[in-house]
Amino acid sequence: MLPDDPLCRILRVDLSRRTFSVERRPELFDELLGGTGVGVRLLAEGCPAGVDPLAPEAVVVLAVGPLTSHLPLMSKAVALFKSPLTGNLGESHCGGRTAVALRLAGLGAVVITGRSERPLYLAIHGDEVGFRDASALWGARGTGTVGRVIREREPGAGLRSIMRIGRAGERGVRYASVTSETYRHFGRLGLGAVLGSKGLKAITISGKRALPLADFSAYRKLYKETYDMAVETSMMKKYHDLGTAGNVASLDRLSALPAKNLTVRRLDGVAQITGEAFAEGYLGRRLACAHCPVGCVHIAALRQPYAQEAYFYKTSLISYDYELIYALGAMLGVTDPEGALRLMDEVEVLGLDAMSAGVVLAWATEAQQRGLVGTAETDGLALAWGDWQVYLAALDRIVEQPTPFFEALALGVDQAAAQYGGSEFALAFGGNEMPGYHTGPAAHVGFLVGARHSHLCNAGYSLDQKALSEGRTLEPAGLATKLIQEESWRQVLSSLVSCFFARGIYTPELVSRGLACVGCAGDPAKLEQIGEAIYREKYRYKLREGFTFEGLRLPARIFETPSGAGPIDPELVRQTIACVAAFHQEPRAGNG
Amino acid sequence: MRLAIVDSELCVGCQSCMFACARRHGQGGLAASCIGVKSAGGMRNGFTVVVCRACFDPPCARACPEDALVVRGEQGGVTLLPDRCLGCGCCVPACPYGAVFWDDTLNKPQICDGCGYCPSFCPHGVLAAERRPKKARPPAAAAEVDHAP
Repeated sequence: MLPDDPLCRILRVDLSRRTFSVERRPELFDELLGGTGVGVRLLAEGCPAGVDPLAPEAVVVLAVGPLTSHLPLMSKAVALFKSPLTGNLGESHCGGRTAVALRLAGLGAVVITGRSERPLYLAIHGDEVGFRDASALWGARGTGTVGRVIREREPGAGLRSIMRIGRAGERGVRYASVTSETYRHFGRLGLGAVLGSKGLKAITISGKRALPLADFSAYRKLYKETYDMAVETSMMKKYHDLGTAGNVASLDRLSALPAKNLTVRRLDGVAQITGEAFAEGYLGRRLACAHCPVGCVHIAALRQPYAQEAYFYKTSLISYDYELIYALGAMLGVTDPEGALRLMDEVEVLGLDAMSAGVVLAWATEAQQRGLVGTAETDGLALAWGDWQVYLAALDRIVEQPTPFFEALALGVDQAAAQYGGSEFALAFGGNEMPGYHTGPAAHVGFLVGARHSHLCNAGYSLDQKALSEGRTLEPAGLATKLIQEESWRQVLSSLVSCFFARGIYTPELVSRGLACVGCAGDPAKLEQIGEAIYREKYRYKLREGFTFEGLRLPARIFETPSGAGPIDPELVRQTIACVAAFHQEPRAGNG
Repeated sequence: MRLAIVDSELCVGCQSCMFACARRHGQGGLAASCIGVKSAGGMRNGFTVVVCRACFDPPCARACPEDALVVRGEQGGVTLLPDRCLGCGCCVPACPYGAVFWDDTLNKPQICDGCGYCPSFCPHGVLAAERRPKKARPPAAAAEVDHAP
C-alpha cells in the first residue's frame, strides 16, 4: 500500500464514552486487502468470545478496500458483526454511497463499540466525528423520515451516506436491517438490531479527498477497460435492463422458484410479478450506487388513491429486486403486483430484512393452516396465501410484538419453530432464512456451508444450473471443492470491495493489475492464497463462537418438494457437508 | 466549449462523471472534481447535476477580490490563476448553481475548463460537450436594464 493512502486508518468509536480515535494499521490491509478480510480480523480482535450479539461489548466493523472509489463497481461497504439472528458470524454488504463516502472521508474501516444511554447518531465528516442526539428520532415510524431529517441537518450533499435503522432495529427484531440512501441495505443477519442495541439510530459519513495512485497512466488505461466492459458489452445487461427481477420468470420456468413456503416450486399467476411485468407496469426510475455505471436499482412508482377523498393520490417510489419479489410475493403467494409492492414498501418503512420477513411469514401461514397456532397467537390475524393486507398487518406486529407468537417470529423462523413446532417446514439454513433458489442440491449445501449462509457466499445455485444444462450429476467431493473455491475467491472480491455482479469483469488478472495501480502487491496466485486464508479465518471465528457442521439442520421440506434439478438426495447433501467440514478441520501450516 | 445538461432525468446518480473529472485533473478520489451529482432531496426524486454554466458575465469572477478568475473569450466561463488566488472562498457562494467546487487540500476553487472529457463517461447521455455558436455572447453591460428608481 502507498504510504500516504488513508485506507490504513481505522476510526474507533466508543458509544458508551462518546469518544473516538484513529489507529493506523497498514500491515493489516497489506495482509488482508480490506473489506471482509480486514473486517473479520477486527471483529475477532474486538468482539469478546461468546459475547451476546446485543451486548455493549459486541463490536460492529464497517470496512472498504483498496480499489474502492478507484474503479467502477468497487462500491460495496462490508459490515462484520456478531449476528443476533444466528448467534454467529454476521456479514452484510451494502451498496449506495456508503463505501465511497467512507473511503473519501479518509478511512479504511470504522469499529463501533459500546452503548449510548440516549439514542444518538454519528456524523463523520472527513476528520470530524460528531455524536448527535437522536432521542427525538427514536420511534419515528419510517426509515425515510430519519433520512430526511439527517439530510437537512448535515453537510455533504452528494458526497455522503446516511445509514439508519427503523423501528425493527429499535425493537430488536433479529433480522432488522440498516437502510442506506433510501433503497440500499445491510439487509441480512440483523445489523439493524445490533445498532438498535447500541442506541445508534444512524450514521452519516461524507468525504471528498484525493487518493494516491502508484501508476496514473496504467490506472487510466485500466479504468477505461473496466468502464467499457461494464457499459459497452453485454456483461452487465441483465442487471441494468430488467434487473435481478428478471430471475422471477427464469426460476419459475426452471421449477426452482420457492413459493408458498416451498410447498410448490412454480407459482400460479407468476406472470403478474415477473421482472417484465414490473418493468412494464410500474418501473418509474433507475438508480445506481456511487461509482457504478450499471444502474441496477429498479424503483417502481405506485399510485394509490386515498379512500376518503376524491382526486387525492399518494405516489410511492418502491425499490424492487428478485429477492423481494421472491420473499414477499412468491413465498406468500402474493401475485397482485400492487400488493407485493405495498409489502416491499412496509418492509422498507419498518427496516426489516425482506427475505427473512417473507420466509418467517410463510412459515407462520403454514403453521396456522396446520393448526400449530390459532388466532389467539396471531392476534386475530388469519394468515392466508395471497392476502397481502393481512401480511401488511403481520409485518407491523413482528415489530410491535403484541403476543408471544410475534415475539417468537421476531427471533427468526428457527426460534419460532423451536417454540411452536413445524421445524420440518421452517426454511432456515444455519439460522438464516432461505434465499429464493430451489435449483438443486448445490444451492442448499451452499446456503448451509457458506460462512454467512447466504446465496451470495458461493452461488451454489449456478452450479446446479450448470450441471443441469450439461446433463451432469453432482458428486460430493467435486461439489465441495467447487463451493470452497468459489467462496474463497469471493473473499478477495468482498475485500476489495467489489459488487458480486462484476465478478465476470474482475478476474484475478484484472484485480492484480488494479492493485498494482494503487501500489499493492498481489499476483493472481497470491490473491488466491489471500482468499483462502480469509475464508479459513471466517470459519475459525465461526468455530470459536460455537458453530458446528454436525449442528446444521436440514429442513425436510427441501427434500419433499422436488427442486429444479429434481428431487434432492439427502445423502449427497450430507456427504458434501462432510467434505467441507473436513476442509476446515484439516490442520494447515500458518493457519492455526 | 461548455457542458450541456441534456436531460437530468436520465441521470442514475452513478457519479462516473465526477470521477472522470478528477482523473482528467490527474487525481484519484474527488478532491479535484468540478462536477456535483446529488439527490434532489432524496434518491426517490432523482438527481441534480451541477456543472459550470460557463457564464459570459460570471458572478464568480466578479466576486474575486484578487482577480484570480479571468473571464474566458467567446466560449464563456473562467480560468483560475492559482498564483493570484488567496483561497478566500468568495467565489463559491457567488455562483447560484453551486458550480464553484472547493479543493480542501489546495484551499483553492476547482474550476471547470470545459475540456469535454466527462460526457464520455456518462452511461446515459446526461452530459454533452457543447460548442457555442459565434455571437452567442449577449451585448455587454451597456444593454443591462437599470432597475434603479
